[in-house]
Amino acid sequence: MKLMTALLGAAAAVAMTPMAMAADGERGRDGEVKIIYWQAPSILNTYLSGGTKDSEAASLVIEPLARYDTEGVLVPYLVDEVPTVANGGVSEDLTQITWKITPGLVWSDGTAFTSADAKFTYEYCTHPEGGCAYATKYEGVKSVETPDDLTVVVTFDKPTPNPYGPFVGSEAPILQAAQFADCIGPKAPECTEENFNPIGTGPFTVTEFKPNDVITFAANENYREAGKPAFAKVTFKGGGDATAAGRAVMETGEFDYAWNLQLAPDVIAKMEEGGKGTPVAGFGPLVERIMLNNTNPDPALGPDERSVIKPHPFLGDPAVYKAMSLAIDRPLLVEVGYGQAGKVTCNWVPVPANYASTTFTCDTQDIAGANKMLDDAGIVDTDGDGVREKDGVPLKVLYQTSTNAVRQDFQALIKQWWSEIGIEAELRNIDASVFFGGDPGSPDTFQKFYADVEMYANTFNGTDPQSYLGNGLCDKAPSPATQWQGENVSRFCMEEFDAIHAELANTADIAKRGELAAKLNDLMIENGGMIPLVHRGRLSAHANSLGGVALNVWDSELWNIADWYRISN
Amino acid sequence: MLTYTIRRLILSVPTLLFISLVIYLLLELAPGDPMAQVPLTVPPEVKEKMREALGVGQPWYIAFPKWLYQFFVVEPMYLIDAIFGTTMTEGEQRVISWQTRSPVMDIVVQRLPQTLWVVGVAYVVAIAIALPIGIYSAYRQYSWFDNAGTFVTMVGFSVPPFFSGVVVIVVFSVWLGWFPSIYDTTHEVDDWDSFVKQLKQMVMPVMVLALQITSQLSRFMRASMLDNLNQDYVRTARAKGLGEKTVVMVHVLRNSLIPVVTVIAIGIPSIFGGAIITEQVFKVNGIGQLLITAIQANDLPMVQTLTFIFAVLIVLFNLIADILYGILDPRIRYD
Amino acid sequence: MTEPLSMDAVEPTAPPKSQWADVWAQFKAHRGAMIASALLAVIVAAVLIGPWLWGIDPTKLDIRAKDMRPIFTVLWDGDAKVGWNHPLGTDNLGRDLLARLLSGGQISLAVGMAAMVLSVVLGTLIGVLAGYFKFLDGILMRLTDLFLALPLLPLLLVAVLLFRDRLSATFGPEGGTFILIVTLVGVTSWMQTARIVRGDVLALKEREFILAARSIGTSPAKMITRHLLPNVMSPIMVSATLGIATAIITESALSFLGFGFPPDFPTWGKLLFDSVDRMELYPERVIWPGLMISLTVLSVNYVGDGLRDALDPRIRGR
Repeated sequence: MKLMTALLGAAAAVAMTPMAMAADGERGRDGEVKIIYWQAPSILNTYLSGGTKDSEAASLVIEPLARYDTEGVLVPYLVDEVPTVANGGVSEDLTQITWKITPGLVWSDGTAFTSADAKFTYEYCTHPEGGCAYATKYEGVKSVETPDDLTVVVTFDKPTPNPYGPFVGSEAPILQAAQFADCIGPKAPECTEENFNPIGTGPFTVTEFKPNDVITFAANENYREAGKPAFAKVTFKGGGDATAAGRAVMETGEFDYAWNLQLAPDVIAKMEEGGKGTPVAGFGPLVERIMLNNTNPDPALGPDERSVIKPHPFLGDPAVYKAMSLAIDRPLLVEVGYGQAGKVTCNWVPVPANYASTTFTCDTQDIAGANKMLDDAGIVDTDGDGVREKDGVPLKVLYQTSTNAVRQDFQALIKQWWSEIGIEAELRNIDASVFFGGDPGSPDTFQKFYADVEMYANTFNGTDPQSYLGNGLCDKAPSPATQWQGENVSRFCMEEFDAIHAELANTADIAKRGELAAKLNDLMIENGGMIPLVHRGRLSAHANSLGGVALNVWDSELWNIADWYRISN
Repeated sequence: MLTYTIRRLILSVPTLLFISLVIYLLLELAPGDPMAQVPLTVPPEVKEKMREALGVGQPWYIAFPKWLYQFFVVEPMYLIDAIFGTTMTEGEQRVISWQTRSPVMDIVVQRLPQTLWVVGVAYVVAIAIALPIGIYSAYRQYSWFDNAGTFVTMVGFSVPPFFSGVVVIVVFSVWLGWFPSIYDTTHEVDDWDSFVKQLKQMVMPVMVLALQITSQLSRFMRASMLDNLNQDYVRTARAKGLGEKTVVMVHVLRNSLIPVVTVIAIGIPSIFGGAIITEQVFKVNGIGQLLITAIQANDLPMVQTLTFIFAVLIVLFNLIADILYGILDPRIRYD
Repeated sequence: MTEPLSMDAVEPTAPPKSQWADVWAQFKAHRGAMIASALLAVIVAAVLIGPWLWGIDPTKLDIRAKDMRPIFTVLWDGDAKVGWNHPLGTDNLGRDLLARLLSGGQISLAVGMAAMVLSVVLGTLIGVLAGYFKFLDGILMRLTDLFLALPLLPLLLVAVLLFRDRLSATFGPEGGTFILIVTLVGVTSWMQTARIVRGDVLALKEREFILAARSIGTSPAKMITRHLLPNVMSPIMVSATLGIATAIITESALSFLGFGFPPDFPTWGKLLFDSVDRMELYPERVIWPGLMISLTVLSVNYVGDGLRDALDPRIRGR
């Protein structure tokens, strides 16, 4: 923890210096800034949001006590310093964290910001009938106490090595108690006025919200920093597609900032030639991977046994999944699909460095090696149709993913490589709203996994992968008994894995935690849970005349909009 | 005709109720999950709680009557409240969208202006262009004008808006910089300059939409005119010594309008329904975009309400078309 | 609708002519229809025989040869990456565009034609029945209203959920997908034809010649096939022509939703959609599939025009 504190302080100091430019002059001097998100925000209350788009739009208005910066380091926002064991803010037994709110803070309506608001937010999100989307942020919290107006004491029910869940990050902002007092529990969804126009402490206030279309914000006159924000008005347009958003920023210059441009690198490069804007990339822990089904997805099995019963007829053989991984040319995948927004990875947890494993290398394709591996394991083509058989079962896989241009290119490439090692792939793509939807009635959801392999991307919030690594626990496997819900999509199950994860949950030492996390990562890869492909970054674009943009993948992308300014030429 | 109209209007009530039930069951049966866009980092237990809070997964015999009550009783009462300042709907639940947790009708009302502006204008433009083209093409069949018209309308119909929309954006926004590629729904027309700005942002979506509608309408107009131009009554009219203009524009046109009226009657409800792809391409964010995002997000109350309003318009305009047939050709009788 | 008395019939030296010979003679005289038929035949032949002649697998990736331009680009850009092995260029994964166009055409044409036929037959049937028989009018038109009102996307999702696995079990994955797509497109696009045909039939059945036919005791079936159908051919032809374009585009939309053919299977609609993002860099990738769809629709349109003229005895007699 000591090391982390030192890092925190240093990073915070560095992060604060280059922002001087935005503070020159009076608030609102640069007029209007226009942002486009190709997914339109539906609501401005983060806790009732249906996706990242909502919490990012809301982050202009409502703020957490502390949030992560571009490096994934915590920076204080509504407090003076981030509590740690070293500065006494976190108790020695790791069960309590005490936040000291910066004195003199006010809401945009001019009333005082107090610890009661934090306590209210906790009650709001943990109400059993409220349907709070980020309830996990408050998981394990025993109580939130407010000894005085500026002190928030969070007590956990057990030692919590990472106590920065509640009130930290763009997914756990503070709501104003006075505004939301009548909106708690079952009444939460009915408070349209409040959910569309939350009062916040952030740099902007909502002027008009048109759900799923456009939001206009105005500078918050009561914002705590003088001279910020530089813009008087924000127009936040939603809808359309990533191509159109990129074009509006980089080619026509109609907008200043476009979010999450998941486009092929040559398309981005062409847009950049437009000369009006620049793409920027940042890397969080997002990994595009192929999940291997550890159960048998044979349609001949009944609905209660398909993708439930183990083992898979051939995917459980190390020779098979290792050969499949070896046959993939990852650098080419990066080049074709992501360009500057992608890196080769062999790991489930690629960052932060403390938790990332360094065991594997996988940046060279080796078709010959893969073929040899299969030959040596006795999995050969016995009937001369070009497809190998294992114990009489031909190596034919159904390879599914969501509909997305880059994913379909990946499917085509990987299908070709696998065919070169005698594995035949049938491709299927499914509309994202069905694939990622948890409808137990649909055969096409990624949890149900009625296929042999499937490709998608997943990530975790914040900088601690403990709960993300929990996705490999035996009891998290989706099955008919759980209405096909559960994060362990590959149905991976290993006693050793479960034991190490339990150990991780009870370890506080940062170095030791990193070691255990890396071991879990290796177990998953080594034993056929998944084949990681690409460590994906977030690619957004900003107008060349927009200054102060620092792409943040650990928090809201718009985390530092107060520091944005217009570059005068 | 009047009794027929009244009978049809009365009959349309059970029809619409049945249609709304079918739509409801269809939506209920369709796979999908309102939580599909929630990040994967949110665990399934939390998603389940969120679903419960929304009332997802109630059996249809509870949820459907609830929707009927909200739509047919609470919403009209709310409208009365809003107009006369009464408070009948105090404490009553309106139809609430799962995505935005706000009343569906409020959003519909918010979206109507841009849809009517863009899709409505496109329709008017298309009718104004298509009818003369169709009439003249038929009158001068296989002339160069007819052949050019055929070529343009066929290519126009074969090229889907996801392509033609991007072509006009690249040409007029990126290369020439004449028109904005993104429609500003917050724009208000209050003087000449803002009217010009509104026209500018409407030009491209209207162009793309009108091309499609024109192609379709002019083909039907032409075909129908051709059929009638060869009829005996035309020869009789000419033999009587009627002017060519009167023969074509009064006798033939009137008899050729039945298919065109049919196509327009099917098309007008779609003005309200919006043009899904065109609205998406130009970010008009009207009713069409509302419907498609609601379908993608599995927002059942929203989809149900929108499609039901759409169904009402379809039933209504098909009735109007039937009445118009009787006016255009008095020999048509329904009783 | 009586045949005009032909002078040939009384002239003993002339060989007797069947009705179909007359139709063919009239069709031949229609220049547009002849050119269009030839063009359509070329397109059909190309997509049927072409893949076999050209011999390159449309799904074969050759990443070193990616982003090649069509051979004629050399004319104005000497540095362009071209080659005779890929005369129309390749896509961003190095798949041969010519091979993709040819094999994509098979599916697009088959789906377009089959779905069009289904939708026109359904529409005409329902339209004629509703227009002619008063007791069927109410129920059939309310059914039409219902189908017009149903939201397409959820309907497709439900159909796939219910029928995909069963169909692919019976007809194999590709046959099942084909049947599913054709049925879906056909079943969701017959309503306009039905309404138009009904409107025309309503007007027609009050005309004098129908009354005359009825007075001599013509059966309803004869009435429909001999007197009503020939007189509603024009709008049906227009619906058919427009229907092909709709079906080809709808097929591509279905595959994005995940229930068309597998994603690496090319079709014209999908080729067009996939290339829109790179339209400025590689215009040929959108022009070719767009052109193929337009040409098909145009030629079907002219063939339809010719057929309609040829089948109309009033014109034929002139």
